[in-house]
Amino acid sequence: MDNVIIQENKSNSLFKKNILYFTNGLLKENPALILLLGMCPTLAVTTKVANGIGMGLATTFVLLFSNLLISLLRNFIPTKVRIPSYIVIIASFVTTIDLLMQAYLPLLTNSLGVFLPLIVVNCIILGRAEAFAGKNTAGKSILDALGMGLGFTFALILISLLREFPGTLKIDFSDFGLGILTFLKNADNPTLSIFRFNIYSGAKIFTMPAGAFFILGLILAFKQNIENKKKYGDK
Amino acid sequence: MSGEIIAIAIGTIFINNFVFSQFLGICPFIGVSKKLDSVLGMGLAVIFVMTLGSMVTYLIYKYLLVPFNLQYLKIIFFILIIASIVQFIEIILKKQLPFLYNALGIYLPLITTNCAVLGVALLNINKNYNFIESLIHGFSGGVGFLIALFLMSTIREKLDLATIPKAFKGVPIAFISAGLMALAFLAADRSMLDIFK
Repeated sequence: MDNVIIQENKSNSLFKKNILYFTNGLLKENPALILLLGMCPTLAVTTKVANGIGMGLATTFVLLFSNLLISLLRNFIPTKVRIPSYIVIIASFVTTIDLLMQAYLPLLTNSLGVFLPLIVVNCIILGRAEAFAGKNTAGKSILDALGMGLGFTFALILISLLREFPGTLKIDFSDFGLGILTFLKNADNPTLSIFRFNIYSGAKIFTMPAGAFFILGLILAFKQNIENKKKYGDK
Repeated sequence: MSGEIIAIAIGTIFINNFVFSQFLGICPFIGVSKKLDSVLGMGLAVIFVMTLGSMVTYLIYKYLLVPFNLQYLKIIFFILIIASIVQFIEIILKKQLPFLYNALGIYLPLITTNCAVLGVALLNINKNYNFIESLIHGFSGGVGFLIALFLMSTIREKLDLATIPKAFKGVPIAFISAGLMALAFLAADRSMLDIFK
């Protein structure tokens, strides 16, 4: 009887230990919002929620497979040439996802444009390869990749929601072959109106490049505000 | 011909500025722009690598990948070419021009993962530029990057002395000022090119 309980406890703590590798990337070390890695795609593709989801999942795919392969090969890659080897591995998976998306999601590939092949130079992926996958077992690396990838996707979705909805008053999923989500009539060009007076039909600045800088700056300021409150107590 | 080249140069530096409107090279833009001294080194290194990189990647694509129908390997080839160019420049500078190496030294390895360098190589192919156009595109992309970096670092040096709300101190205010500069760069649009026609 005691034995069973001990075993359960052991597996429980093992589970807890491993789940930390996963949750680490989601919030505590969120690559885009906390570590400020991969800023180029974060700012560039977040004009639409659909783009954010596509970019986030493509990055997660590359991160997952490159982390897995690198952690499996970590004892075979000589330390001196590890960075070039990592880059070749990453570039192969980026080519794979690029070709797959061109075949199955051509519209999304078009709107992501040059940023899909540029996943190669996304610092998150090389950073995780160097800091984590090159030193840890395959299982841990998979958890780390999933946590980091989904954390990045979450950050992209958050930023793109804050940009697309105020900017156009709709959320356009037509790149995935789905419809357009809006709370107003006239889905193509939604306008908020009271008694025939058009009040607001989206502020273009949110979808312009400047809007990306503003929204990310505000999110970071919000985060810093919370940190300050924690550090100096409620004031 | 010369009109087109001027259009590409002005277009890449001001209208489609790599940092402010295409979001290429944001990481060094935020990371290196704290001090004015380091900006010139980083900017010059980027101009050099981008010019050389867009020349070499164009030639490799045109005369190696296209004849053998290997266009789908361009990502792998380009990143390897850029990494080797950076290594090559580092070795040559170390031997021949040590004073330049000391100035650029720590920035050179960072350039391999600067998305502006790979970005310009891929954009050259996407836009069907010829050799001269690719060269100008790469060079003026680097110049645009240097201008953005220079403007940003001068602003950030002033920001250090300013009283800013606690929540905005550091990186957030840098992003907000970058946003304001991106707005300013909107003033440069296609009508700017009419002067040269």
